[in-house]
Amino acid sequence: MNGLTAIKMAMKNLRSHKLRSFLTMLGIIIGISSVITLISIAQSSTRMITDEVKDLGSNLITVGIVGRGTTTSIDYKEALDWEEKEGIEKVSPVISGNVEAKYNNKKETVSIDGITPNYEDVQNFHIQSGRYIMPIDVDTRQKVVLVGAEAAKTFFGKENPIGKQISLNGLPFTVVGLLEEKGESLLSSYDDKILIPISTSERLLFTSGVKVINIQASSAGDVDLAISTIDKTLKLKFKNDTNSYNILNQQDLLETMDTVTQTMSLLLAGISGISLLVGGIGIMNIMLVSVTERTKEIGIRKAIGAKRKDILSLFLIESVVLTTIGGVIGILIGIGGTYGISNLMDVEPYVAPAVVVSSFLFSMLIGVVFGILPANRAAKLKPIDALRNE
Amino acid sequence: MLISLEKINKHYVVGDEVVKALDEVSLEIEKGEFLAIVGPSGSGKSTLMNILGCLDIPTSGKYVLDGITIEKAKENELSTIRNEKIGFIFQNFNLLTKLTAIENVELPLIYRGVKQAERRKIATESLEKVGLGERIHHLPTKLSGGQQQRVAIARALAGNPPILLADEPTGALDSKTSRDILALLKELNKQGHTIIIITHDLEVANQAKRVVQIKDGKLANVKVGGKR
Repeated sequence: MNGLTAIKMAMKNLRSHKLRSFLTMLGIIIGISSVITLISIAQSSTRMITDEVKDLGSNLITVGIVGRGTTTSIDYKEALDWEEKEGIEKVSPVISGNVEAKYNNKKETVSIDGITPNYEDVQNFHIQSGRYIMPIDVDTRQKVVLVGAEAAKTFFGKENPIGKQISLNGLPFTVVGLLEEKGESLLSSYDDKILIPISTSERLLFTSGVKVINIQASSAGDVDLAISTIDKTLKLKFKNDTNSYNILNQQDLLETMDTVTQTMSLLLAGISGISLLVGGIGIMNIMLVSVTERTKEIGIRKAIGAKRKDILSLFLIESVVLTTIGGVIGILIGIGGTYGISNLMDVEPYVAPAVVVSSFLFSMLIGVVFGILPANRAAKLKPIDALRNE
Repeated sequence: MLISLEKINKHYVVGDEVVKALDEVSLEIEKGEFLAIVGPSGSGKSTLMNILGCLDIPTSGKYVLDGITIEKAKENELSTIRNEKIGFIFQNFNLLTKLTAIENVELPLIYRGVKQAERRKIATESLEKVGLGERIHHLPTKLSGGQQQRVAIARALAGNPPILLADEPTGALDSKTSRDILALLKELNKQGHTIIIITHDLEVANQAKRVVQIKDGKLANVKVGGKR
C-alpha cells in the first residue's frame, strides 16, 4: 500500500468523526499555538531591543560614573583626553540633570543632557533641521539647545522651533536644531530629549561631574583593548574604588540579552510542552478507543491480506495526520496571536521560521510517539480474534 | 491437487481440559471443485474454515495449499497467502462500512500493491461479474443484503485467488436472495473457480457437487455426489 492511498484512507476515517477528530486535535492546537505565540512575542521584543542596541554600533562602550565627591568624579575635559588613548576613536561624555523649561506660558520640568559634538556620531542621533552643537558652542559656553521631536511639539506646537528662545532655569537659550524622530524605544525615549553644550550644563546644573561617558572603540576588535585601558585609567584615578564606576559594552549587553531570551524561550517552550504532552495523551486515548471500535475492520483487512505493517501504518498515519492538521491550525492561530498581541504591545511582530518549522515537525512527532502504542496494539491483533469481534 | 489436509489436529486448552476442535482431519480438494462442508454448530467447522483460510494454524498435521506447505508460517507470510490464494465470503458480508462498493472490492488489490488505475479496472470488472456494475459508488449501508453479499463476492474475486471460501454465505439472507447468491456461486464454479462452502444448512450443501460432513471435530460421511 503506498503512502498517498494510506493518507487518503486516514483522512476519510477522520472526516467520518469530525467532532471527535476536532476535539482530539484541540490539545495539539492549543499547545502549538501557545508555543508559537509565547516564543514569538518574546523574540519580537528582544529583537526590537537588540536592534536598538545594534543601532548604536557594536563598538560602543558605556562608562557609568556612580561615585560622588571629588575623588570619584571626572570632568568632561579629562574624559575627552581619552581620545588620545589606544583603541579609542571617539568619546562622548554626558552630564544630565533636570531643569525647569519655559516658553511663553508653557512651563515644565525636563531632563537635559549636556553633550559634546561627538554625541551625534557616537549615539547615532542626528538632526532633521537647523544645526548641531559645535565645538565652539562648547568652548564658549553658548546658550544653545537641540530639541527632540516630541519636546518641540510640547513647547512649540506646530511652530518651527529653530531660532526660538526658551528659558532653562530662568536663563534664555536659543533653539538651533531640531533632532530627528527616533520613535518610542524600549530602552529610553530619545524624542523627549533636550541637549545643550556640556560646558554650559556644568554651569546650569552646578556640577562638573560627568555621569555617563559613551565611547566608540576604533573597531569592534578594539573593544576589549579600549575597555582595559579605561578600566586602568579609572582605577588609578579613583584610587581602586572600582564600585564607583561601571563599564558596559554592547557585545556584553547583546550576549546577556541572548542568554536571557534563550532561557525565556526554553521556559515558555517547556510550559507549552506540557500542554502538548496532555494533547498527546488525548491522541493516544482516542486512538486506543478507535482501535477497539475498529477491531472487526482490522480483522477483515487482515483476512483480505493486510500485513502487520499495513495495519500499523493505517493507525499511525491516522494519528500523525491528526496531529499534523492540529499542528498546522495551531501554527496559523499562533501567528495570528503573535500579530494581535504585538500590535497591542506596540512591538514589531516577528515569527521565526525555525519556530514554525520545528513546531510543525514536533506536532508530527507527537503523532508518532503517541500513536505507536495504539497502532502496535492494532497490528498485533490476531485475525480470527478480530473477526469474531462484533 | 489444490488442497491437501493430512491428519490435521487443532486442540484448544480450556481450563484443565483439552478440546479437540479438529481430530485427525484429512481432506483433499481438486481444482475446480464445488465442495460443501456441513455440520452443526460446535462441530468444528469454523475451526476447519479458519485453518483452510490460513487465518489460524493447526496444532499438528500437514496442510498443502496450491503447492505451498502451510506450517508454522510467519504471520506476514500467512497474510500474503490469504491475499493471493483465498477469497473470503462471510455470513455477515464483512464489508468496510465507510468505503464504497468499489473501494471495498479494491482492498485486496491495495494490499497486493496493484496500481490505482489497474485496481479500478479490475474492481469494476469484478463488480460487473456479480451483476453490480451500476452501483459501484454506493456505500454498503445503501445496498440490500443480497447486493452487499455480491460486493463481498466481487471482493473475493478481485484478487483472482484459486479458492473461494464461503462461510455461511446465505446465513443472513432471505430464501429468494439466498437462491440468487447460490446460483451466482454455481455460475462462478462453472467458470472454473474452486468453491468451498461451509454451512449448517443441508439444503445449501446439497447445491454443491461434493459434500463433506464434520461432527465432533471429525470428518465423517464423506459423500461424493449430491444433487446438482
